[in-house]
Amino acid sequence: MGKRIGIEVSLAVSEAAKLANVDVISAYPITPQTHIVEHLSELVADGHLDAEFIPVESEHSAMSACIGASAAGARTFTSTCAQGLALMLEICYIAAALRLPIVMAMANRSLSGPISIWNDHGDLMMARDSGWIQLVAENGQEAFDLTIQAFRIAEDHRVLLPVIVNLDGFTLSHVIEPIEILSQEEVDKYLPPYKPKMWLDLKNPITMGAVGIPEVYTEAKKAQDEALKGAKPVVIEAWNEFAKLFGRKYQPVETYKTEGADTLLVTMGSTTETAMTAVDAMRAAGRKVGIVRIRLYRPFPKEEFLAAVKGAKQLAVMDRALAFSGMETGPLATEIKAVLYDQAQKPYVWNFIAGLAGRDISVENFTEMADGVEAAAADKLPQGATWTNVRE
Amino acid sequence: MAKETGMISWKELALGCAVTRPGSAMDLKTGDWRSQRPVTDFEKCTKCGMCYIFCPDMVYSQKPEGFYEANMYYCKGCGICAKECPADAITMVEESV
Repeated sequence: MGKRIGIEVSLAVSEAAKLANVDVISAYPITPQTHIVEHLSELVADGHLDAEFIPVESEHSAMSACIGASAAGARTFTSTCAQGLALMLEICYIAAALRLPIVMAMANRSLSGPISIWNDHGDLMMARDSGWIQLVAENGQEAFDLTIQAFRIAEDHRVLLPVIVNLDGFTLSHVIEPIEILSQEEVDKYLPPYKPKMWLDLKNPITMGAVGIPEVYTEAKKAQDEALKGAKPVVIEAWNEFAKLFGRKYQPVETYKTEGADTLLVTMGSTTETAMTAVDAMRAAGRKVGIVRIRLYRPFPKEEFLAAVKGAKQLAVMDRALAFSGMETGPLATEIKAVLYDQAQKPYVWNFIAGLAGRDISVENFTEMADGVEAAAADKLPQGATWTNVRE
Repeated sequence: MAKETGMISWKELALGCAVTRPGSAMDLKTGDWRSQRPVTDFEKCTKCGMCYIFCPDMVYSQKPEGFYEANMYYCKGCGICAKECPADAITMVEESV
């Protein structure tokens, strides 16, 4: 069995990439992702990992090198966040369109400006429409596990799409947690060697990334959209297999004390554990409050989400990011409202914009969210949003 | 349909829209939105080949007897050949629906 050790989450993610026996790593350091890349470069330099580490001059080049490596049939890993993702994003869309199973760890950070290195989900949302599969970790163990699972999901011939593993910057990336590090033997049992379906093969030459004229582009995008939709059952299958081997069960949507709950807090990422403390206290006080946490963000697990919120009277949806729209709703709440729209019985939704750029989200804040959504629903207010902890 | 025009379903595209056969773009019928077509009067044609040289789509090819003929599978009807023909042998004719 694997060993449970105290380790910084960033280093655990690096160890996961090492255990996945990656062939190529191309990355550019950026806070708070730096330790992931730094540790991998050490592992390669010290001979612990037989891989090519390509130091590049920008994230744009990092993803370009990843595309080349993956197209040549290499298991490929990178890591970035925020401004780095912004610079990389042009190529991220191409990686997904080319169906290259690159895995990227994203130590979630807010987007400038104002200049900020602190944690929120601005980068996660910026990559939302890029065609990548997105997984969101709640804690260090999950960041480690998801990184290994990401390779299996990405490389499955029924998927062949790149995967982002989101872990909250600092809150997770820089924290030392007790994490069970799987042994090489265990990982090998779970993760087969990468067999590309199509690659740049001298014996069988192909062109990747050719122009898609109007007569082709729509069909290419339809095929890509179907691939992303079709990824969900494979993600679930990969998680079930992981549970069978190692006992840790993962689902697209997690629930916490949702049984008989009237009010549900809807969360993503590490603040969920703060919300759990709030829910424990509210339950102890007799309130019917639970949590629904989205782990698989892309493809969005619509059916699982609807099943998780079934019977709830109101949802307090927390957005750790903005999507400027001129309407008072964050990106997650907007999407959840869309998912609920055609349901005959749907809960009332209030949106909470919270935790931008490392702003603390306390246990009390989650209690306030439950209070807030219940009061708004009771008053039958038009569904809206509240900025948690904003100074008026 | 696919054989006739080179248009294929999204289900038939190679993974990631890769090109798996060199020159496969030739299958694609690109001359389907022409509003006028060039018609050559072979009585006037001097076989000079200016149409062949100026055509931006390389639609013209020389036949064994030396005349140049346009391939309507690719011709977009731009009219450059008619404009450049020194013998005024090419006329642009309204394309019938």
